[in-house]
Amino acid sequence: MSITLSIIYLISTVTFVIGLKMLGHPETAKRGNFIAAVGMVVAIIGTIFLHDFEVPTLNYILIGIALFIGSLIGWLIAMKVEMTKMPELVSLFNGFGGASAMLIGIVEYGNNVGDIAQTSTVIAAIVIGSITFTGSLVAFGKLNGSLKDIRLPKYNLINNILFLGLIAFGAYIVMMGANSTLLIYLLLFASLVYGLLFVFPIGGADMPVVISLLNSLTGIAAAITGVLYGNMVMLVGGILVGSAGLILTFVMCDAMNRSLSNVIFGAFGGDAEVGGAAVGKTGGSVKKTTASDSAVLLNYANKVVIVPGYGLAVAQAQHVIHELEQVLTEKGVDVSYAIHPVAGRMPGHMNVLLAESNVDYDKLIEMDNINPQFPNTDVVLVVGANDVVNPAAHNDPASPIYGMPILDVENAKHIIVNKRSMNAGYAGIQNELFFNTKTAMLFGDAKSALTELVSELKNM
Amino acid sequence: MNELLEFISNNLELIYILILAIFIGVELIKNVPSVLHTPLMSGANALSGVVIVGALLVMLQADPKNYLALGLGFIAVVLGIINVVGGFAVTDRMLQMFKKRK
Repeated sequence: MSITLSIIYLISTVTFVIGLKMLGHPETAKRGNFIAAVGMVVAIIGTIFLHDFEVPTLNYILIGIALFIGSLIGWLIAMKVEMTKMPELVSLFNGFGGASAMLIGIVEYGNNVGDIAQTSTVIAAIVIGSITFTGSLVAFGKLNGSLKDIRLPKYNLINNILFLGLIAFGAYIVMMGANSTLLIYLLLFASLVYGLLFVFPIGGADMPVVISLLNSLTGIAAAITGVLYGNMVMLVGGILVGSAGLILTFVMCDAMNRSLSNVIFGAFGGDAEVGGAAVGKTGGSVKKTTASDSAVLLNYANKVVIVPGYGLAVAQAQHVIHELEQVLTEKGVDVSYAIHPVAGRMPGHMNVLLAESNVDYDKLIEMDNINPQFPNTDVVLVVGANDVVNPAAHNDPASPIYGMPILDVENAKHIIVNKRSMNAGYAGIQNELFFNTKTAMLFGDAKSALTELVSELKNM
Repeated sequence: MNELLEFISNNLELIYILILAIFIGVELIKNVPSVLHTPLMSGANALSGVVIVGALLVMLQADPKNYLALGLGFIAVVLGIINVVGGFAVTDRMLQMFKKRK
């Protein structure tokens, strides 16, 4: 490697560190993203032009075409995608990164047979790359609703055996030093299947954890390919993503009071008995309300807290909810939003959504700060959130979400819950909040229900 | 065992870098406000597209007659650059929304 290229890689590595650091602060985030992007462009251009290989023209042409096609696709997707689709998009891009590492591994296997250290990195790249690839695609499918949770009988056992089998198989190939394309394709196939089976049973409420974890794995796959080429920018870049993703994963797990292994190996709602018990406990009558009654309640309140959830994203109701907030504010009502760390399907999902509709930064209040305010709140409006406001987390040790920190909306004076139907949340458990005497249910799609609410309020 | 020790002594620098990078990553992300979790994740996701450097190396070194290597390398470059360009662009779009309210 020429010294110029090494220096370029060094610069890129530094931009990654600085960029990631700046991404963590609201004022500098945009510049941080730009700096990291510049570092990436420099690394790519350097790699193409400053190498010591004899490169046939055909390869150059192909590289140019590949870069052009990929950039165009990436740019178009990024510009066209709706903000409500952000979790899907991150999973999809993430899967592409994993697939890229997987393909590199396949090509490099043939070039590195015999060298134990190199073969192990190649095998690791193939296994981790494939798992992230299919895992991310499943996450993508689940998020856009085309895939349901699938649980094979004894899926935990099957998955764990397959996982151990993969490690043993990989180790075997390394030890044998065999130049067998067949073995590699078998390993590839098994890893791809494991990626599918690994994400299939994980429920929607756990998606923020899974997405962070897959993100972290892609970073690790990139780092491993970096080891393979002795390439520092890939190694450091990949590890940064890997450890950052892992931190986010644990933050998400903490927010749900669950361990990582519990998320991966003990999918929510898999146990029918638990669901049955919870339903029995919450039996009772539900009070329905109408948009005009809710409007009256909101109109005469002093303090209203809105609790957004995934239902808001599904119904694309982020603009209407902002309008509702503005109408109420004009009427002198103090309105704020309570943001649960795992509301939605990815870390920070609600923040992005509400930012898109120009909701003021200061009105988004995090869980620990809003919880003490609920006793002084006149009306809580829950829009498409369920498990994050389920009091069972406090008072039902049998509940699968027992111990998870929640928004204590049941302390407010009145609660209006907007939901499409009485179906249980993604955790598959019934919510006793809906049967509370202070609760009124406003059934309907979030967008149409809120639109009606806004027009009622305007007429008052 | 000897092989392992040999591997460690041959790659000592690499191992140092690996461990230090893990600590940097952890320190960088600790205490990030939840408002920025999504952009941070999609930005980090774009960074993991650095794997494209490996995909480019595959294509640069491939024998033009080795269609398999060229083909797989081609796909790897396409997927990698989608990850990079799409990731940074969408992060920028997201952060743009956060910004305009100031």
